[in-house]
Amino acid sequence: MSERFVEQVGQLARRSVVRTARQPANVVFPLVFPLLLLAVNSTGLQSATHLPGFPTDSYLAFALAVPFMQGALFATMNAGTDLARDIQTGFLNRLALTPMRGIALLGGQLGGVMAMTAVQAAVWIAAGLILGVHFAAGVGGIAVLFIFSLLIGLGFGALGAFLALRTGSGEAVQGMFPVFFVFLFISSMAMPRNLIEIKWFQTAATLNPVSYLIEGIRSLIVIGWDAEALALGFGVAILIAVTAITLASVSLRTRLTRS
Amino acid sequence: MRTLSVAEGVAWRVLHNVFTNPSLLIPSLIFPLFFFTAFAGGLSRIDQVPGFDYPPGYTAFQFVFVLLQSAAFGGVFTGFGIARDFESGFGRRLLLAAPHRSGIVLGYAAAALVRWLVTAAVVTVVALLVGMNVGGSSVDLVGLYLAAILWATGVALRLRTMQAGPVMQMPVFLLLFFAPVYVPLALLQGWIHNVATYNPITRVLEAGRGFLAGSPTEVGLAFALAAALVLGFSLWALRGLRSAEHAG
Repeated sequence: MSERFVEQVGQLARRSVVRTARQPANVVFPLVFPLLLLAVNSTGLQSATHLPGFPTDSYLAFALAVPFMQGALFATMNAGTDLARDIQTGFLNRLALTPMRGIALLGGQLGGVMAMTAVQAAVWIAAGLILGVHFAAGVGGIAVLFIFSLLIGLGFGALGAFLALRTGSGEAVQGMFPVFFVFLFISSMAMPRNLIEIKWFQTAATLNPVSYLIEGIRSLIVIGWDAEALALGFGVAILIAVTAITLASVSLRTRLTRS
Repeated sequence: MRTLSVAEGVAWRVLHNVFTNPSLLIPSLIFPLFFFTAFAGGLSRIDQVPGFDYPPGYTAFQFVFVLLQSAAFGGVFTGFGIARDFESGFGRRLLLAAPHRSGIVLGYAAAALVRWLVTAAVVTVVALLVGMNVGGSSVDLVGLYLAAILWATGVALRLRTMQAGPVMQMPVFLLLFFAPVYVPLALLQGWIHNVATYNPITRVLEAGRGFLAGSPTEVGLAFALAAALVLGFSLWALRGLRSAEHAG
Protein backbone atom coordinates (compact mmCIF):
# COMPACT_ATOMS: atom_id res chain seq x y z
CA MET A 1 0.00 0.00 0.00
CA SER A 2 2.72 2.34 1.05
CA GLU A 3 4.73 1.56 -2.09
CA ARG A 4 1.70 2.24 -4.30
CA PHE A 5 0.99 5.45 -2.46
CA VAL A 6 4.56 6.65 -3.01
CA GLU A 7 4.27 5.70 -6.69
CA GLN A 8 1.00 7.64 -7.03
CA VAL A 9 2.53 10.70 -5.37
CA GLY A 10 5.61 10.39 -7.59
CA GLN A 11 3.54 10.18 -10.78
CA LEU A 12 1.47 13.22 -9.90
CA ALA A 13 4.51 15.19 -8.72
CA ARG A 14 6.17 14.41 -12.05
CA ARG A 15 3.05 15.56 -13.88
CA SER A 16 3.02 18.78 -11.85
CA VAL A 17 6.69 19.50 -12.60
CA VAL A 18 6.37 18.68 -16.30
CA ARG A 19 3.27 20.83 -16.60
CA THR A 20 5.11 23.78 -15.04
CA ALA A 21 8.24 23.20 -17.12
CA ARG A 22 6.20 23.17 -20.33
CA GLN A 23 5.01 26.70 -19.67
CA PRO A 24 8.16 28.84 -19.80
CA ALA A 25 6.26 31.84 -18.39
CA ASN A 26 5.57 29.83 -15.21
CA VAL A 27 9.29 29.10 -14.80
CA VAL A 28 10.98 32.25 -16.03
CA PHE A 29 8.70 34.90 -14.54
CA PRO A 30 8.89 33.63 -10.91
CA LEU A 31 12.68 33.59 -11.27
CA VAL A 32 13.27 36.83 -13.17
CA PHE A 33 10.77 39.10 -11.44
CA PRO A 34 12.08 38.66 -7.85
CA LEU A 35 15.67 39.07 -9.10
CA LEU A 36 14.70 42.25 -10.89
CA LEU A 37 13.01 43.62 -7.78
CA LEU A 38 16.04 42.59 -5.72
CA ALA A 39 18.35 44.47 -8.08
CA VAL A 40 16.21 47.60 -8.01
CA ASN A 41 15.50 47.64 -4.27
CA SER A 42 18.97 46.67 -3.10
CA THR A 43 20.58 49.50 -5.05
CA GLY A 44 17.80 52.04 -4.49
CA LEU A 45 17.72 51.50 -0.75
CA GLN A 46 21.45 50.99 -0.11
CA SER A 47 21.58 54.37 1.67
CA ALA A 48 19.10 53.01 4.26
CA THR A 49 22.03 51.04 5.71
CA HIS A 50 23.38 54.37 7.05
CA LEU A 51 20.47 54.55 9.50
CA PRO A 52 21.60 54.01 13.08
CA GLY A 53 20.72 50.47 14.16
CA PHE A 54 20.48 48.99 10.64
CA PRO A 55 21.74 45.42 11.03
CA THR A 56 24.09 45.29 8.02
CA ASP A 57 26.00 47.57 5.68
CA SER A 58 24.72 45.71 2.61
CA TYR A 59 21.08 46.25 1.65
CA LEU A 60 21.48 43.43 -0.87
CA ALA A 61 22.14 40.97 1.97
CA PHE A 62 19.20 42.43 3.89
CA ALA A 63 16.86 42.21 0.90
CA LEU A 64 17.93 38.74 -0.24
CA ALA A 65 15.30 37.23 2.08
CA VAL A 66 12.50 38.79 0.02
CA PRO A 67 12.79 36.67 -3.17
CA PHE A 68 12.30 33.56 -1.02
CA MET A 69 8.93 34.93 0.07
CA GLN A 70 8.03 36.08 -3.42
CA GLY A 71 8.86 32.56 -4.61
CA ALA A 72 6.43 31.21 -1.99
CA LEU A 73 3.80 33.62 -3.30
CA PHE A 74 4.24 32.32 -6.82
CA ALA A 75 4.14 28.75 -5.44
CA THR A 76 0.74 29.50 -3.95
CA MET A 77 -0.57 30.91 -7.18
CA ASN A 78 0.87 28.19 -9.42
CA ALA A 79 -0.25 25.31 -7.19
CA GLY A 80 -3.71 26.80 -6.84
CA THR A 81 -4.15 27.65 -10.50
CA ASP A 82 -2.97 24.22 -11.69
CA LEU A 83 -5.23 22.37 -9.28
CA ALA A 84 -8.17 24.65 -10.15
CA ARG A 85 -7.57 23.83 -13.82
CA ASP A 86 -7.70 20.12 -12.95
CA ILE A 87 -11.06 20.72 -11.30
CA GLN A 88 -12.40 22.87 -14.15
CA THR A 89 -11.30 20.44 -16.87
CA GLY A 90 -12.77 17.44 -15.03
CA PHE A 91 -9.37 15.79 -14.41
CA LEU A 92 -10.14 15.53 -10.70
CA ASN A 93 -13.45 13.83 -11.44
CA ARG A 94 -11.78 11.29 -13.70
CA LEU A 95 -9.11 10.73 -11.06
CA ALA A 96 -11.82 10.05 -8.49
CA LEU A 97 -12.91 7.05 -10.62
CA THR A 98 -9.45 5.46 -10.32
CA PRO A 99 -8.06 3.64 -7.26
CA MET A 100 -5.80 6.64 -6.63
CA ARG A 101 -6.06 7.98 -3.10
CA GLY A 102 -7.16 11.57 -2.79
CA ILE A 103 -4.30 12.48 -0.51
CA ALA A 104 -1.86 11.27 -3.19
CA LEU A 105 -3.21 13.98 -5.46
CA LEU A 106 -2.45 16.61 -2.85
CA GLY A 107 0.96 15.08 -2.14
CA GLY A 108 1.81 14.98 -5.83
CA GLN A 109 0.72 18.55 -6.37
CA LEU A 110 2.77 19.75 -3.40
CA GLY A 111 5.73 17.62 -4.53
CA GLY A 112 5.73 19.53 -7.79
CA VAL A 113 5.52 22.86 -5.97
CA MET A 114 8.43 21.90 -3.73
CA ALA A 115 10.54 20.91 -6.74
CA MET A 116 9.95 24.39 -8.16
CA THR A 117 10.68 25.94 -4.76
CA ALA A 118 13.98 24.02 -4.59
CA VAL A 119 15.01 25.41 -7.99
CA GLN A 120 14.05 28.92 -6.90
CA ALA A 121 15.92 28.66 -3.58
CA ALA A 122 19.03 27.40 -5.39
CA VAL A 123 18.80 30.38 -7.78
CA TRP A 124 18.41 32.95 -4.96
CA ILE A 125 21.30 31.47 -2.99
CA ALA A 126 23.49 31.33 -6.11
CA ALA A 127 22.54 34.91 -7.01
CA GLY A 128 23.47 36.05 -3.51
CA LEU A 129 26.82 34.29 -3.64
CA ILE A 130 27.61 35.63 -7.13
CA LEU A 131 26.71 39.17 -6.06
CA GLY A 132 29.04 38.92 -3.07
CA VAL A 133 26.62 38.37 -0.19
CA HIS A 134 28.37 36.86 2.81
CA PHE A 135 26.09 34.30 4.45
CA ALA A 136 26.70 34.95 8.15
CA ALA A 137 25.63 31.44 9.21
CA GLY A 138 28.08 29.79 6.79
CA VAL A 139 27.58 26.63 4.75
CA GLY A 140 25.42 25.05 7.46
CA GLY A 141 23.25 28.14 7.40
CA ILE A 142 22.79 27.85 3.64
CA ALA A 143 21.62 24.25 4.11
CA VAL A 144 19.15 25.34 6.81
CA LEU A 145 18.00 28.20 4.59
CA PHE A 146 17.32 25.72 1.78
CA ILE A 147 15.27 23.46 4.08
CA PHE A 148 13.44 26.46 5.52
CA SER A 149 12.47 27.69 2.06
CA LEU A 150 11.15 24.22 1.16
CA LEU A 151 9.02 24.27 4.30
CA ILE A 152 7.67 27.71 3.39
CA GLY A 153 7.00 26.51 -0.17
CA LEU A 154 5.12 23.49 1.21
CA GLY A 155 2.93 25.66 3.42
CA PHE A 156 2.13 28.24 0.77
CA GLY A 157 1.66 25.57 -1.92
CA ALA A 158 -0.87 23.85 0.37
CA LEU A 159 -2.57 27.20 0.88
CA GLY A 160 -2.90 27.57 -2.90
CA ALA A 161 -4.25 24.03 -3.16
CA PHE A 162 -6.78 24.77 -0.40
CA LEU A 163 -7.99 27.87 -2.24
CA ALA A 164 -8.32 25.91 -5.48
CA LEU A 165 -10.20 23.05 -3.84
CA ARG A 166 -12.46 25.43 -1.94
CA THR A 167 -13.35 27.63 -4.92
CA GLY A 168 -12.73 25.34 -7.90
CA SER A 169 -11.78 28.39 -9.93
CA GLY A 170 -8.39 29.49 -11.22
CA GLU A 171 -9.67 33.05 -11.47
CA ALA A 172 -10.64 33.04 -7.80
CA VAL A 173 -7.18 31.79 -6.86
CA GLN A 174 -5.56 34.53 -8.96
CA GLY A 175 -7.89 37.00 -7.29
CA MET A 176 -6.23 36.23 -3.96
CA PHE A 177 -2.86 37.44 -5.27
CA PRO A 178 -3.36 41.05 -4.08
CA VAL A 179 -4.22 39.79 -0.58
CA PHE A 180 -0.96 37.85 -0.32
CA PHE A 181 0.84 40.83 -1.82
CA VAL A 182 -0.46 43.00 1.03
CA PHE A 183 0.86 40.50 3.57
CA LEU A 184 4.26 40.67 1.90
CA PHE A 185 4.45 44.46 1.76
CA ILE A 186 3.02 45.23 5.22
CA SER A 187 5.85 43.32 6.87
CA SER A 188 9.50 43.85 7.80
CA MET A 189 10.33 43.21 4.14
CA ALA A 190 12.01 46.58 3.50
CA MET A 191 13.00 47.75 6.97
CA PRO A 192 13.75 46.06 10.32
CA ARG A 193 10.67 46.27 12.54
CA ASN A 194 12.47 48.35 15.19
CA LEU A 195 13.28 50.96 12.51
CA ILE A 196 9.74 51.31 11.17
CA GLU A 197 8.71 54.78 12.30
CA ILE A 198 4.95 54.74 11.67
CA LYS A 199 3.42 53.10 14.71
CA TRP A 200 0.42 51.37 13.09
CA PHE A 201 2.67 49.98 10.34
CA GLN A 202 5.07 48.60 12.94
CA THR A 203 2.17 46.96 14.81
CA ALA A 204 0.78 45.48 11.57
CA ALA A 205 4.23 44.14 10.65
CA THR A 206 4.58 42.61 14.13
CA LEU A 207 1.20 40.87 13.82
CA ASN A 208 1.96 39.71 10.28
CA PRO A 209 3.34 36.12 10.23
CA VAL A 210 5.23 36.87 7.00
CA SER A 211 7.55 39.17 9.01
CA TYR A 212 8.76 36.17 11.04
CA LEU A 213 9.36 34.08 7.93
CA ILE A 214 11.41 36.89 6.38
CA GLU A 215 13.30 37.51 9.62
CA GLY A 216 14.09 33.78 9.96
CA ILE A 217 15.61 33.72 6.48
CA ARG A 218 17.34 37.08 7.00
CA SER A 219 18.90 36.01 10.28
CA LEU A 220 20.84 33.24 8.51
CA ILE A 221 22.15 35.70 5.92
CA VAL A 222 22.80 38.79 8.02
CA ILE A 223 23.17 37.79 11.68
CA GLY A 224 24.30 34.17 11.85
CA TRP A 225 22.68 31.62 14.15
CA ASP A 226 19.88 33.56 15.87
CA ALA A 227 17.90 31.00 17.87
CA GLU A 228 14.91 33.29 18.49
CA ALA A 229 14.51 34.35 14.85
CA LEU A 230 14.88 30.74 13.67
CA ALA A 231 12.47 29.36 16.27
CA LEU A 232 9.86 31.97 15.36
CA GLY A 233 10.45 31.47 11.63
CA PHE A 234 10.26 27.68 11.73
CA GLY A 235 7.34 27.83 14.19
CA VAL A 236 5.30 30.07 11.90
CA ALA A 237 6.25 28.06 8.79
CA ILE A 238 5.24 24.76 10.44
CA LEU A 239 1.99 26.28 11.68
CA ILE A 240 1.12 27.57 8.20
CA ALA A 241 2.04 24.21 6.60
CA VAL A 242 0.06 22.09 9.07
CA THR A 243 -3.00 24.37 8.96
CA ALA A 244 -2.97 24.68 5.16
CA ILE A 245 -2.46 20.93 4.57
CA THR A 246 -5.27 20.11 7.00
CA LEU A 247 -7.62 22.60 5.33
CA ALA A 248 -6.64 21.35 1.87
CA SER A 249 -7.20 17.71 2.89
CA VAL A 250 -10.65 18.46 4.27
CA SER A 251 -11.56 20.47 1.15
CA LEU A 252 -10.26 17.68 -1.09
CA ARG A 253 -12.48 15.17 0.69
CA THR A 254 -15.48 17.46 0.23
CA ARG A 255 -14.57 18.13 -3.40
CA LEU A 256 -14.23 14.40 -4.20
CA THR A 257 -17.52 13.66 -2.44
CA ARG A 258 -19.22 16.36 -4.51
CA SER A 259 -17.76 14.78 -7.62
CA MET B 1 -15.48 65.78 -36.33
CA ARG B 2 -15.96 62.12 -37.22
CA THR B 3 -12.76 61.31 -35.35
CA LEU B 4 -14.14 63.00 -32.26
CA SER B 5 -17.46 61.16 -32.42
CA VAL B 6 -15.60 57.82 -32.71
CA ALA B 7 -13.39 58.83 -29.77
CA GLU B 8 -16.43 59.82 -27.73
CA GLY B 9 -18.17 56.51 -28.41
CA VAL B 10 -15.10 54.43 -27.56
CA ALA B 11 -14.34 56.47 -24.43
CA TRP B 12 -17.93 56.26 -23.19
CA ARG B 13 -18.00 52.49 -23.65
CA VAL B 14 -14.68 52.00 -21.79
CA LEU B 15 -15.73 54.28 -18.92
CA HIS B 16 -19.11 52.58 -18.65
CA ASN B 17 -17.40 49.19 -18.50
CA VAL B 18 -14.88 50.30 -15.89
CA PHE B 19 -17.23 52.20 -13.59
CA THR B 20 -19.94 49.51 -13.61
CA ASN B 21 -17.54 46.63 -13.05
CA PRO B 22 -15.96 46.58 -9.57
CA SER B 23 -13.36 43.98 -10.61
CA LEU B 24 -11.98 46.50 -13.13
CA LEU B 25 -12.38 49.61 -10.99
CA ILE B 26 -11.21 48.48 -7.56
CA PRO B 27 -7.68 47.24 -8.44
CA SER B 28 -6.82 50.55 -10.13
CA LEU B 29 -7.93 52.40 -6.98
CA ILE B 30 -6.55 50.00 -4.37
CA PHE B 31 -3.08 49.36 -5.81
CA PRO B 32 -1.83 52.98 -5.69
CA LEU B 33 -3.18 53.38 -2.16
CA PHE B 34 -1.52 50.17 -1.17
CA PHE B 35 1.86 51.20 -2.60
CA PHE B 36 1.50 54.61 -0.98
CA THR B 37 0.85 52.96 2.39
CA ALA B 38 3.65 50.42 2.01
CA PHE B 39 6.30 52.91 0.83
CA ALA B 40 5.38 55.99 2.87
CA GLY B 41 4.54 53.93 5.97
CA GLY B 42 7.23 51.26 5.94
CA LEU B 43 10.11 53.40 4.75
CA SER B 44 9.38 56.72 6.45
CA ARG B 45 12.63 56.48 8.46
CA ILE B 46 14.51 56.94 5.17
CA ASP B 47 14.14 60.72 5.54
CA GLN B 48 16.67 60.46 8.38
CA VAL B 49 19.36 59.06 6.09
CA PRO B 50 22.30 61.51 5.97
CA GLY B 51 21.95 63.66 2.86
CA PHE B 52 18.20 63.18 2.42
CA ASP B 53 16.97 66.69 1.86
CA TYR B 54 13.29 67.00 1.00
CA PRO B 55 11.52 69.44 3.31
CA PRO B 56 7.89 68.24 2.80
CA GLY B 57 8.91 64.83 4.19
CA TYR B 58 8.92 61.23 3.03
CA THR B 59 5.12 60.96 2.61
CA ALA B 60 5.15 63.76 0.02
CA PHE B 61 8.29 62.26 -1.57
CA GLN B 62 6.49 58.95 -2.14
CA PHE B 63 3.19 60.59 -3.08
CA VAL B 64 4.67 61.91 -6.34
CA PHE B 65 6.03 58.49 -7.26
CA VAL B 66 2.74 56.76 -6.46
CA LEU B 67 0.85 59.30 -8.53
CA LEU B 68 3.18 58.64 -11.47
CA GLN B 69 2.89 54.93 -10.94
CA SER B 70 -0.92 55.08 -10.87
CA ALA B 71 -0.81 57.05 -14.12
CA ALA B 72 1.50 54.57 -15.82
CA PHE B 73 -0.37 51.51 -14.65
CA GLY B 74 -3.69 53.15 -15.48
CA GLY B 75 -2.38 53.15 -19.03
CA VAL B 76 -1.38 49.51 -18.76
CA PHE B 77 -4.83 48.56 -17.42
CA THR B 78 -6.34 50.33 -20.41
CA GLY B 79 -4.05 48.27 -22.63
CA PHE B 80 -5.47 45.13 -21.02
CA GLY B 81 -8.97 46.35 -21.90
CA ILE B 82 -7.96 46.93 -25.53
CA ALA B 83 -6.40 43.46 -25.68
CA ARG B 84 -9.61 41.98 -24.26
CA ASP B 85 -11.63 43.82 -26.91
CA PHE B 86 -9.50 42.30 -29.67
CA GLU B 87 -9.61 38.83 -28.12
CA SER B 88 -13.39 38.94 -27.97
CA GLY B 89 -13.66 40.17 -31.55
CA PHE B 90 -15.10 43.55 -30.53
CA GLY B 91 -11.95 45.34 -31.70
CA ARG B 92 -12.40 44.06 -35.26
CA ARG B 93 -16.04 45.18 -35.32
CA LEU B 94 -14.86 48.56 -34.07
CA LEU B 95 -12.35 48.80 -36.93
CA LEU B 96 -15.13 48.02 -39.41
CA ALA B 97 -17.55 50.53 -37.92
CA ALA B 98 -15.29 53.52 -37.28
CA PRO B 99 -15.01 55.93 -40.23
CA HIS B 100 -11.90 57.51 -38.72
CA ARG B 101 -9.88 54.87 -36.96
CA SER B 102 -7.50 57.23 -35.22
CA GLY B 103 -10.53 58.14 -33.10
CA ILE B 104 -10.29 54.65 -31.58
CA VAL B 105 -6.86 55.38 -30.09
CA LEU B 106 -8.02 58.85 -29.01
CA GLY B 107 -11.09 57.34 -27.34
CA TYR B 108 -9.13 54.75 -25.40
CA ALA B 109 -6.65 57.44 -24.31
CA ALA B 110 -9.39 59.86 -23.22
CA ALA B 111 -11.16 57.16 -21.22
CA ALA B 112 -7.94 56.19 -19.50
CA LEU B 113 -7.27 59.83 -18.66
CA VAL B 114 -10.68 60.18 -16.98
CA ARG B 115 -10.10 56.90 -15.19
CA TRP B 116 -6.76 58.14 -13.87
CA LEU B 117 -8.25 61.46 -12.76
CA VAL B 118 -10.56 59.49 -10.47
CA THR B 119 -7.64 57.43 -9.11
CA ALA B 120 -5.50 60.54 -8.68
CA ALA B 121 -8.30 62.29 -6.81
CA VAL B 122 -8.68 59.36 -4.41
CA VAL B 123 -4.91 59.09 -3.80
CA THR B 124 -4.65 62.85 -3.27
CA VAL B 125 -7.51 62.93 -0.78
CA VAL B 126 -5.93 60.07 1.19
CA ALA B 127 -2.53 61.80 1.10
CA LEU B 128 -4.09 65.02 2.38
CA LEU B 129 -5.95 63.14 5.10
CA VAL B 130 -2.66 61.72 6.37
CA GLY B 131 -1.28 65.23 6.63
CA MET B 132 0.63 65.88 3.42
CA ASN B 133 1.08 69.37 1.95
CA VAL B 134 0.39 69.45 -1.79
CA GLY B 135 1.22 72.29 -4.16
CA GLY B 136 2.28 72.89 -7.76
CA SER B 137 1.16 71.43 -11.06
CA SER B 138 0.39 67.94 -12.29
CA VAL B 139 0.73 68.61 -16.01
CA ASP B 140 3.88 66.49 -16.13
CA LEU B 141 2.02 63.62 -14.54
CA VAL B 142 -0.70 63.85 -17.15
CA GLY B 143 2.03 63.80 -19.80
CA LEU B 144 3.50 60.61 -18.40
CA TYR B 145 0.05 59.14 -18.10
CA LEU B 146 -0.69 59.78 -21.76
CA ALA B 147 2.67 58.23 -22.65
CA ALA B 148 1.84 55.12 -20.64
CA ILE B 149 -1.63 54.84 -22.19
CA LEU B 150 -0.26 55.20 -25.67
CA TRP B 151 2.53 52.69 -25.03
CA ALA B 152 0.02 50.13 -23.79
CA THR B 153 -2.31 50.98 -26.65
CA GLY B 154 0.48 50.42 -29.15
CA VAL B 155 1.37 47.02 -27.73
CA ALA B 156 -2.24 45.94 -27.37
CA LEU B 157 -3.15 46.95 -30.92
CA ARG B 158 -0.16 45.11 -32.28
CA LEU B 159 -0.51 41.88 -30.34
CA ARG B 160 -4.26 41.97 -29.75
CA THR B 161 -4.19 39.43 -26.92
CA MET B 162 -4.19 39.43 -23.13
CA GLN B 163 -1.01 37.36 -23.34
CA ALA B 164 0.68 40.65 -24.23
CA GLY B 165 0.14 41.73 -20.60
CA PRO B 166 3.74 41.18 -19.44
CA VAL B 167 5.06 42.96 -22.55
CA MET B 168 2.98 45.98 -21.58
CA GLN B 169 3.78 45.88 -17.88
CA MET B 170 7.49 45.15 -17.82
CA PRO B 171 8.87 48.21 -19.67
CA VAL B 172 6.59 50.51 -17.65
CA PHE B 173 7.71 48.81 -14.45
CA LEU B 174 11.39 49.11 -15.39
CA LEU B 175 11.08 52.72 -16.46
CA LEU B 176 9.43 53.62 -13.16
CA PHE B 177 11.69 51.67 -10.81
CA PHE B 178 14.91 52.65 -12.57
CA ALA B 179 14.18 56.19 -11.35
CA PRO B 180 14.92 57.58 -7.84
CA VAL B 181 11.96 55.84 -6.22
CA TYR B 182 13.08 55.62 -2.59
CA VAL B 183 15.72 58.33 -2.22
CA PRO B 184 16.75 61.44 -4.19
CA LEU B 185 19.04 60.90 -7.19
CA ALA B 186 22.06 62.21 -5.29
CA LEU B 187 21.77 59.39 -2.75
CA LEU B 188 21.65 56.60 -5.32
CA GLN B 189 24.88 54.67 -5.69
CA GLY B 190 26.40 52.41 -8.34
CA TRP B 191 24.77 51.40 -11.60
CA ILE B 192 21.30 52.51 -10.58
CA HIS B 193 22.58 56.10 -10.27
CA ASN B 194 23.83 56.03 -13.87
CA VAL B 195 20.63 54.45 -15.17
CA ALA B 196 18.43 56.86 -13.19
CA THR B 197 20.42 59.86 -14.44
CA TYR B 198 19.52 59.07 -18.06
CA ASN B 199 15.99 57.77 -17.36
CA PRO B 200 13.52 60.42 -18.60
CA ILE B 201 11.11 59.48 -15.81
CA THR B 202 13.68 60.81 -13.31
CA ARG B 203 13.24 64.33 -14.69
CA VAL B 204 9.45 64.07 -14.51
CA LEU B 205 9.64 62.64 -10.99
CA GLU B 206 12.05 65.30 -9.76
CA ALA B 207 9.99 68.07 -11.35
CA GLY B 208 6.86 66.70 -9.64
CA ARG B 209 8.68 66.55 -6.31
CA GLY B 210 9.95 70.07 -6.92
CA PHE B 211 6.41 71.33 -7.48
CA LEU B 212 5.27 69.64 -4.30
CA ALA B 213 8.13 71.17 -2.33
CA GLY B 214 7.39 74.59 -3.79
CA SER B 215 10.80 74.79 -5.50
CA PRO B 216 10.31 73.76 -9.14
CA THR B 217 13.38 72.18 -10.74
CA GLU B 218 14.09 71.27 -14.38
CA VAL B 219 10.49 72.09 -15.31
CA GLY B 220 11.25 72.89 -18.96
CA LEU B 221 13.21 69.68 -19.49
CA ALA B 222 10.55 67.59 -17.74
CA PHE B 223 7.77 69.08 -19.88
CA ALA B 224 9.81 68.55 -23.05
CA LEU B 225 10.50 64.92 -22.14
CA ALA B 226 6.87 64.25 -21.26
CA ALA B 227 5.77 65.81 -24.54
CA ALA B 228 8.33 63.73 -26.45
CA LEU B 229 7.08 60.58 -24.74
CA VAL B 230 3.49 61.40 -25.68
CA LEU B 231 4.45 62.12 -29.28
CA GLY B 232 6.58 58.98 -29.60
CA PHE B 233 3.97 56.72 -28.08
CA SER B 234 1.20 58.33 -30.16
CA LEU B 235 3.07 57.27 -33.29
CA TRP B 236 3.64 53.82 -31.76
CA ALA B 237 -0.07 53.43 -30.98
CA LEU B 238 -1.17 54.61 -34.43
CA ARG B 239 1.26 52.22 -36.13
CA GLY B 240 -0.17 49.49 -33.90
CA LEU B 241 -3.63 50.42 -35.14
CA ARG B 242 -2.45 50.09 -38.73
CA SER B 243 -0.97 46.69 -37.88
CA ALA B 244 -4.34 45.62 -36.45
CA GLU B 245 -6.09 46.82 -39.62
CA HIS B 246 -3.73 44.80 -41.83
CA ALA B 247 -4.27 41.70 -39.71
CA GLY B 248 -7.98 41.99 -40.41
